[in-house]
Amino acid sequence: MKIFDLLKISLKALKKSKLRTFLTMLGVIIGVAAVITMMAIGEGSKESIHTSLSGMGSNMINIMPVMNEPGSVRLQGSSMQTLKQEDADAIVNLNSPNIKGVSPIVSTSGQAINASNNWPTSLIGVSTDYLDIRQFKLKDGIVFSKEDVKSFTKVCLLGTTVVKNLFPDGQSPIGKIIRFNKIPFQVIGVLASKGQSNFGQDQDDVILAPYTTVQKRITATHYLQSIYVSAASEAQSDAATAEVKQVIRENHHLKASEDNDFDVRTQAELLSAIGSTTSMMTILLTAIAGISLFIGGIGIMNIMYTSVTERTREIGLRMSLGAKEKDILMQFLIEAVIISITGGVIGVVLGIASSKVVSIILHWPILISEMSILISFLVCGITGIFFGYYPAQKASRLDPIDALKYE
Amino acid sequence: MSEKILEVKNLKREFVMGEETVKALKGLSFTIHSGEFVTIMGHSGSGKTTLLNILGCLDRPTDGNYYLDGVNVEELDKNSLAELRNEKIGFVFQSYNLLPRTTALENVEMPMIYNKHIPSSERRDRALEALKTVNLLNRAHHMPNQLSGGQQQRVAIARALVSEPVIILADEATGNLDTRTSYEIISLMQDLNEKGKTIVFVTHEPDIAAFSQRTILLRDGLTQKDVINTEKRSAKKAIVSLPDPEKM
Ligand SMILES: Nc1ncnc2c1ncn2[C@@H]1O[C@H](COP(=O)(O)OP(=O)(O)OP(=O)(O)O)[C@@H](O)[C@H]1O
Ligand SMILES: [Mg+2]
Repeated sequence: MKIFDLLKISLKALKKSKLRTFLTMLGVIIGVAAVITMMAIGEGSKESIHTSLSGMGSNMINIMPVMNEPGSVRLQGSSMQTLKQEDADAIVNLNSPNIKGVSPIVSTSGQAINASNNWPTSLIGVSTDYLDIRQFKLKDGIVFSKEDVKSFTKVCLLGTTVVKNLFPDGQSPIGKIIRFNKIPFQVIGVLASKGQSNFGQDQDDVILAPYTTVQKRITATHYLQSIYVSAASEAQSDAATAEVKQVIRENHHLKASEDNDFDVRTQAELLSAIGSTTSMMTILLTAIAGISLFIGGIGIMNIMYTSVTERTREIGLRMSLGAKEKDILMQFLIEAVIISITGGVIGVVLGIASSKVVSIILHWPILISEMSILISFLVCGITGIFFGYYPAQKASRLDPIDALKYE
Repeated sequence: MSEKILEVKNLKREFVMGEETVKALKGLSFTIHSGEFVTIMGHSGSGKTTLLNILGCLDRPTDGNYYLDGVNVEELDKNSLAELRNEKIGFVFQSYNLLPRTTALENVEMPMIYNKHIPSSERRDRALEALKTVNLLNRAHHMPNQLSGGQQQRVAIARALVSEPVIILADEATGNLDTRTSYEIISLMQDLNEKGKTIVFVTHEPDIAAFSQRTILLRDGLTQKDVINTEKRSAKKAIVSLPDPEKM
């Protein structure tokens, strides 16, 4: 008994009841298509979040002030005044090989004006390291120097959105004077466009200026809203974080028993946090889709049992003419596997098609991995064998005399 | 005398049904030699089918011995029994038992699928040859429902022949057919027997038994008679002597 003969017998049996075979297959088709589509959506959004987050600088460490009075509410953000210039300096003075760049952050929002054009935007006071930390590139002009930072020079870099709104006629802003909250700044550079962040923010709607200038001319404070530090590499991120914590604690004269009065977050942490939620989503979606595949499998089992009962006489005849238990078992098993694998192939094609439709119509990011296709095929094969086995075994254990007498 | 094909010794078969035990066969002994055409007769319930199932290796005796072509069947496992049925026995059933929606040719090819000694390339030719033997070459591609009862039974005989078994077992193979068609089938059997095939034919019609060389008569699970038929009739001549329905 060769596999080819078995295939021929099984295909013939399936062809005899085309509609029934198709309906049984439909369960598998829908299941597999659902699994492929759900995995494509899940993996796609995970991938897109990951790329946009690492675009923000995956080595970035963000230090923020935190109110830490015992018994008081823990507050966070710009109202806190625990981070100072000295903290940033202390980090710089570490000269640690784990740390590449340090930038104090002072930001404020307001109205930017150029002649008759005005535009509400935010002004971020930064140091020269900021561009590298955030992976901003310069499209035009130059970056302000360390000298400019020291001497509170009123110079700035514009994001492309700001350029578009303040210079609608397309002339170069370099060298022009704009006003932000009435303070004049000379434009010395334009940032290359970064587009929307993953959270829908326009990253180009920004003006960068030396943080000292912003402190002195606009916010009139000497506190920092945060300090951005970039680790030399993603692997050194943890070491850099530890060093930063240590030095700021010393600077703030915190006792061992006291909690940090600041908060340190790394981009890597954020990445893995978001990564794990999206993984959870993928798992959840896939599990739901998997249930429909399982139901498809039960459909196969159901139809195989019916088929075995209907063909009891055929089984009896084949046995009395010399078919062994194994032959009958294989015959029905192959039938089940043909249904599930064919359903799987159609399901994969349908799943890929519907993933494309989702990405075209809903503009969702999708990612069809070879892995998901491979897994689907594997699961289909296993589904066929698993749900086909019991009916096939029932068939193979029939007694030929009884089976032949079956009405 | 020629070699022994089949030998049973003190064959018993009991069916346990709850409290009751039905003794279908109560100790049969006989020997069938190569080239014999034996009919088994007896009243309904006398144990003919039960005996034939055991001879066909579909069932096992409760007690006693059965040797088929020198093999002690008792010692064989399920798989070997299946092989034995496939290679040494040709079955012909009362209700033909052809696979529906499957051509005559494919029906005849079917047992060869399970025979590891017959290469797949030979199947078709052998099936056609068997169909030729039963005079149905022109119906090779017909489905069973396109064939008459007699033709279906001839396809079934072709199927029984195709693996060249040592013995052909038929259980009331003419039971569903009219006299003329029955005689045609018997005539076919006689032809096969003349070519050397050993045939065991269960029937309860005495006139059918008259076409065989030997009749074993069963009664209540025992051999009542085992007689050699000295005046074996020719089925071909019998057909000629039948009243022609068109002249009635
Ligand atoms: N599977 C079974 N279980 C219980 N009893 C059985 C079984 N098969 C046969 N018998 C009994 O064994 C006896 C012989 O039955 P068998 O079918 O061999 O008779 P038969 O000679 O073939 O009759 P018929 O001419 O009507 O076909 C009967 O009494 C029957 O009831
Ligand atoms: Mg009977």
